[in-house]
Amino acid sequence: MEAILLQFLNGLDKGGAYALIALGLTLVFGTLGVVNFAHGALFMLGAFCAVTLRNLLLLEQVTVDPDQLTPWGTPLEIKTPYVIAWFGEFGNVLVDYSVPISLVLAIPVMLFVGISMERGLIKHFYKRPHAEQILVTFGLAIVLQEIIKAVFGANPIPQPMPAALGGAADIGAVIGLHAGVVVYPWWRLAYFLFSLIVLGGVFAFLRFTTFGMVVRAGMADRETVGLLGIDIDRRFTIMFGIAAVVAGLAGVMYTPLLPPSFHLGMDFLVLSFVVVVVGGMGSLPGAVLAGFLLGLVQSFASMNEVKSIFPGIDQIIIYLVAVVVLLTLPRGLLGRRGVMES
Amino acid sequence: MLSMSRKDVLTLLIFTAVVLTMPIWLAPFGAAYPNLLQKFMIYAIFAIGFNILFGLTGYLSFGHAAFLGVGSYAAVWSFKLFTMDGLLAIVFSVITAGVFALVIGYISLRRSGIYFSILTLAFAEMSYKLAYSVLTPITNGETGLQLSLRDPRLIDRMFGPAGDGLPSTRFLGLDMGGYTGFYVCAAIMLICFFLAMRIAGSPFGMMLKGIKSNQTRMNYTGFNTRPYALAAFVISGMYAGLAGGLLAVADPLAGAERMQWTASGEVVLMTILGGVGTLLGPVIGAWILKYFENIFSAFNQGILDHNFAFLPDAVREPVVWVFGQFVGEGWHLTLGLVFMAVVIFLPGGLMEGVRRINGVLRRGGGGGAARAKTHMQPAE
Repeated sequence: MEAILLQFLNGLDKGGAYALIALGLTLVFGTLGVVNFAHGALFMLGAFCAVTLRNLLLLEQVTVDPDQLTPWGTPLEIKTPYVIAWFGEFGNVLVDYSVPISLVLAIPVMLFVGISMERGLIKHFYKRPHAEQILVTFGLAIVLQEIIKAVFGANPIPQPMPAALGGAADIGAVIGLHAGVVVYPWWRLAYFLFSLIVLGGVFAFLRFTTFGMVVRAGMADRETVGLLGIDIDRRFTIMFGIAAVVAGLAGVMYTPLLPPSFHLGMDFLVLSFVVVVVGGMGSLPGAVLAGFLLGLVQSFASMNEVKSIFPGIDQIIIYLVAVVVLLTLPRGLLGRRGVMES
Repeated sequence: MLSMSRKDVLTLLIFTAVVLTMPIWLAPFGAAYPNLLQKFMIYAIFAIGFNILFGLTGYLSFGHAAFLGVGSYAAVWSFKLFTMDGLLAIVFSVITAGVFALVIGYISLRRSGIYFSILTLAFAEMSYKLAYSVLTPITNGETGLQLSLRDPRLIDRMFGPAGDGLPSTRFLGLDMGGYTGFYVCAAIMLICFFLAMRIAGSPFGMMLKGIKSNQTRMNYTGFNTRPYALAAFVISGMYAGLAGGLLAVADPLAGAERMQWTASGEVVLMTILGGVGTLLGPVIGAWILKYFENIFSAFNQGILDHNFAFLPDAVREPVVWVFGQFVGEGWHLTLGLVFMAVVIFLPGGLMEGVRRINGVLRRGGGGGAARAKTHMQPAE
């Protein structure tokens, strides 16, 4: 029981990440009809927003203390980050909370990246075959990740989580089990809650605002909405920006769980495509459902009890589920009729 | 020759001449060493095979590297169990990859479009992950499958005792080192090219092109397209297996990373870069990509400094720095940019560029533009 609960919790944060990336992919596909292979790269760019902010916060000023000498006899150089020198204790807090603060940085950056990507490149590929869209965005993904590699180097850069969220929550004790059995890191819990908030935000935005209503109408029938005198292209461009922001935020918050490196995007890309296809191309609830489902399935498959029956199952379970779903439910779990069918 | 058109015979002859003289004309580019040339040939086979599936039927497989990997493993096992002769090894790898492709293709071809791509991707990733984890007894996991002194090598032992040290690979008795290896691979590649040419021109090939342009219509005309697509998939898988086998013949080692999805992406890049659906395109794409990977990536500060030595120091440093971002470690960046440029401006790949230049030249020379146009690929 405890083990199952623990695996359930373990699946949630990973599922949250899958759901967020898949949601963005589906938004792009559902609005613009473009299969975006560079979406993983957007996730990676988001993660590197966090890295950049932390590097900025840790820029150091060097002061020389003539009273103290190093073992070599030269005056001791003391390095302190500017923020700490300027703000004192508050600077320490800023550095400690660099990852959550990066969310604020990531939103405008990712919005800008997304919109310029759509205007500069994707726009020209609306009418081209899906295969060419896949290829050009795949090329873009390579370019983006190589730029990041040139700037930040090839090694993963660990990002610490805020000290306050560094420990683990004893969830078991809260719900009345023995203490210390079901222990779950705070940050993963935070990630799960964060993903719920973002998902809820996107769905509420689409459901309850006029802008969202127009976008949904455009997803259903783009031409008619255009005929009604609405500049649907502009709204879809903004939706692309929002999808980029969602991917970027997911990337920022994921950095303490997995040190970001330049190929982070490619690693997540394949999985998120599997998630999208399992959920059903073009279905937003499907993407979220499949994201959490695959996260949970993967988590349960890595239990020792399961692995002893089917060795290696934890490595392939996601793909296995994808194959079974695709063969039995051609449109994925919640796919609409007529989307991406030949 | 076997009822081939004159143009095809001419293409084949010129192509053969170009390939066999590669050690000469590639020397100025610094690429005329046997190992790299051998790779050129092997990846050309891989790309030709991929093109039989993607170029003719339009099914975009994102998991083709799995067959390459399987072929490599099969070949190394043949070295370990039977003999160091490459012929048996590649026969073995082609058959294994073919069986593999039959199973995966049978399942994956139930869906088309992106669903097919994801299915093949899923199977390839499964093979990759399993090769790393559970199948370690067969694949030797992360270390990769290697020859060892305790291998039985049954057939070789019948003819003589095992010598000291690890034996090297042979092909029909020829030692595979140096240029011999290249010429063996080149001969096999030319045979593969010839076969692909025949397939593309055959009624079977027409059927595959029909699947690409309109599968529904093909079905309505009374053809069951699935067996044809499956046949194309298996043939293409066998090509990949052959390439994998030859990789093992060139260097008797097989690792799981050959099956990773990035390796599958690489063959897609090659084919698109050169030109999908053309005969020569994939070959050229494979050569360019491997050239980038091996030569471009070796450019370093010293070479750049040398090349820009004519510039004054103040100018040279920034210039070298800028170029340094695109060569050496950054060769992937150049690749990505070139690839994007090709997809954006030349969706038909470099071969379309050649055709366009040809068209302009012919029009300049008066007439003939219409004839050039008949060779255009059918639109999607």
